[in-house]
Amino acid sequence: MTAPLLEVGNLTISFGALEVVRDVNLSLADGKTLGLVGESGCGKSVTMLAIMGLLPDHVRVSGSIKLRGEELLGRPQGELTALRGKRMAMIFQDPMTSLNPVMTVGEQLGEAIAIHNRGMTRGDRQERALALLRLVAIPLPDRRLLQYPHELSGGMRQRVMIAIAMANDPELLIADEPTTALDVTVQAQIMELLQRLQAERKMGLMLISHDLGVVGDIADEVAIMYAGRICERGPVDAVFDSPHHPYTHGLLASLPQIDRTIDKLVAIPGSLPSLSARPAGCRFHPRCVHAQDICRRAEPELRTVASGAIAACHFAETAVVSERATVRA
Amino acid sequence: MADVAAPSSIRTRRLPAWLKLPVLVGIAIIVFWIVASLSIDLWPIYDPIDMVGRRLQPPSADHWFGTDALGRDVLSRTLHGARFSLMMSCAVIICAVLIGSAIGAIAGYVGGIVDGALMRLVDITLSFPPILLAMAVTAAMGPGLQNAALAMIIVWWPVYARLMRGQVLSIRSREHVEAATAAGASHARTLIKHILPLSWSPILINATMDFGQVVLLTASLSFIGLGASPPTPEWGSMISEGAIHFYQWWICSGPGVAILSVVLGFNFLGDGLRDLLDPRSK
Amino acid sequence: MTRYIVRRLLSLPLLLLGIVSIAFLISHFTQGDPLSSIVSERQMDDEQAVAAAKARWGLDKSLPEQYLVYVGNLLTGDLGISFRTKQPVSQDLLERLPATLELVIAAMLFGSLTGIALGVVAARFRDRAADHAARLWALTGSSTPVFWSGLILLYIFSVKLGWVPGPGRLDARMSPPDGITGFLTIDALLAGDTALFWDAVHHLILPALVLGWTVMGIVSRLVRASMLDVLNQDYIVAARARGAGELRVLLNHALRNALVPTLTIIGFTFAYLITGAVLTEAIFSWTGIGSYAVDAARGLDYPAIMGVTIVGGAAFLLTNLMTDIAYAFADPRIRLS
Repeated sequence: MTAPLLEVGNLTISFGALEVVRDVNLSLADGKTLGLVGESGCGKSVTMLAIMGLLPDHVRVSGSIKLRGEELLGRPQGELTALRGKRMAMIFQDPMTSLNPVMTVGEQLGEAIAIHNRGMTRGDRQERALALLRLVAIPLPDRRLLQYPHELSGGMRQRVMIAIAMANDPELLIADEPTTALDVTVQAQIMELLQRLQAERKMGLMLISHDLGVVGDIADEVAIMYAGRICERGPVDAVFDSPHHPYTHGLLASLPQIDRTIDKLVAIPGSLPSLSARPAGCRFHPRCVHAQDICRRAEPELRTVASGAIAACHFAETAVVSERATVRA
Repeated sequence: MADVAAPSSIRTRRLPAWLKLPVLVGIAIIVFWIVASLSIDLWPIYDPIDMVGRRLQPPSADHWFGTDALGRDVLSRTLHGARFSLMMSCAVIICAVLIGSAIGAIAGYVGGIVDGALMRLVDITLSFPPILLAMAVTAAMGPGLQNAALAMIIVWWPVYARLMRGQVLSIRSREHVEAATAAGASHARTLIKHILPLSWSPILINATMDFGQVVLLTASLSFIGLGASPPTPEWGSMISEGAIHFYQWWICSGPGVAILSVVLGFNFLGDGLRDLLDPRSK
Repeated sequence: MTRYIVRRLLSLPLLLLGIVSIAFLISHFTQGDPLSSIVSERQMDDEQAVAAAKARWGLDKSLPEQYLVYVGNLLTGDLGISFRTKQPVSQDLLERLPATLELVIAAMLFGSLTGIALGVVAARFRDRAADHAARLWALTGSSTPVFWSGLILLYIFSVKLGWVPGPGRLDARMSPPDGITGFLTIDALLAGDTALFWDAVHHLILPALVLGWTVMGIVSRLVRASMLDVLNQDYIVAARARGAGELRVLLNHALRNALVPTLTIIGFTFAYLITGAVLTEAIFSWTGIGSYAVDAARGLDYPAIMGVTIVGGAAFLLTNLMTDIAYAFADPRIRLS
């Protein structure tokens, strides 16, 4: 048995005195999809940048990030540079701002190929670039190569970003809110494309989103982050069918779905605490309807719950179950 | 990636943020030259016009900056030169700011044909390289410090006209100004009471930055022979004399370093003022 | 974008007319008598010369007519006769133009390349020692009077160290190559005379450094600011994510974007360069338009001064126009709109 594709252990990230992410554990196997869900500002983007090794030097990162068993943390930038775009690739939220405005599609695609294939001839590169554009189903690929990002539609731009990410057949693809900036009609097409590519290439996909619905559709495993910590993690069916953390439950309850027996949408009261003013005890307690004294004092550890998932709540076994009962009633 | 922004305001400083080392150095330099130009007659130094030593002597204990071709003390002449440079630049900047702002305010406030005509004049004046326009005007009116000053006002007023016009245009559309107009305030009152008080800070920043440039241009005109004439201890004409004896490097170096320090000083101060007054710069 | 260029081109004649009008105005204030700006003092007693000049510049006519004659003369390239060289000013300027261009282009290349390099370094090492040093160095350049730094550097590198020759464009023992372009370096190469070429280059180095140093500060300041802005963009992270190394990110991605706004100030630096060139040429006995202007000013050679002013203004206008158009071309978002 080879080592799993990606293993993140006790990842903690601090900007100076501010701890942004604490003790995050994740793992992802080949061909699987991991959904990382949370509100903006919960630390999911920072986690992903840490995995890619893209955080600025002054940010302190501890714990471990292993790609196929090899530790990435503490490696020199040069070695990480060789890995990025080759074995792990990434696509971003807004394809308009993440494509260089003064370089043509062909130049940027060609760059992604050239960086990891020194000595490849111009013609071969061109050939490969065209093949990639076809792979992501862009019409008229020859013309696109000569166009600038601003000449393409939003969906087309994201397809280009995906083509760039796929340039070297990565083992791991990290997608940071890949559909948030796109029109609703295009969102489904992009998600479909990602699923198709993942199935064809057997790569691991880490999907970051604030939208539990999108993640539920395609992920195998899901991890919910709140205020820099993971509050619940497990197989997607287990977590969706019986959430054990009140926050997960709240997210699910705020999701409009036809096939569920919840007949009203419930918004979670309050808002995400700021980085510098995270509450003591359980970070979710100010917004939690079940909060007790212990929640204000002690931070709950992650523990295995009945569904087979793990959750960090003092009342993981009781509170949410009872609430589910009330919602159903 | 919004949550990657690093917090930068945690560190506490005893000095205000805009008062950095360069700004302090700038202020020190400027204060030194102002004090020097106001009190130079009281300083225990040689007379700037008299021959006080042997000619072309390198720096020594008697003459820290050496002596020039006529045996005059370079240090004393350099210090005395501050008075001409600072007074002249001050006069030029004040006149350029007053004339330019008045014209710019009128252009921006009145608009229409007046605005169009005044701004074309600004465009045309600004399309001359400054030194050439200043040379032409000074030469035409006759060389001398006064005419050089006049020429520099002609060169610099359009800068402030353009700046002031932009300010007036952006401020007059703000709510409180529109409210004042609607309440029946006269044009002059609106302009003076409501618009001008809000537009002084970019003018001040620019004037500070330009001060050094005016000192440079004054010296340049004198160097060419259109400004001060001998034996006036003016920095530009001193360097011009030094150019003839350039193996005696110290003759031109006193005034050269003086000009450099003044220009640097005002640049540093201008940077600080911009940090302090312009919210966009941070 | 075509409309923008057409509009800019249409405004050009008006601005040129404005320049000419201001020149006319200045020449009319000359010592109270416009005649003295056309006829030199020594010729004032020569009735024939005075009458000829009056007729040629229409001084016996009314003011509006004088203006028309003035504009007409300028349009045909007649800038008057220099008091000192006794040659038409336009001919003097044409003869001296290549020398100035050679110096200004060399200085521009040196100033903008080092300015860009300093700007990139300063932005990369923001708020660290390298940043502060780069900024101080650049600021010192634009704060130093060239007529002093020229003298001092000439003293150090020519007199003391002997690394570069003294003032002038060529060694006195050398004769200039056949004037094809007027650029001594290029003409020497065209003539296949390498010794002459190196001598011309050696003479060019110091004045180009002195002059280029003055614009280095402006360029590096702007490059630093726009690099800092660009380095915060998403596409920089995206470039790193696809495996681009530090140098590639800085030069291929960041600098390429940062240079677009930098183009706009080339017109502005040109004004600095003209000012600097006038003084640098005077120091280095460089036989270009700048030293011609200084000699003219010192000798109160009015036709020559006015000629240089008009030509300088026109050149400045054209540079600004060209940089604006170049800017529009450099940014694909503007070019293709």
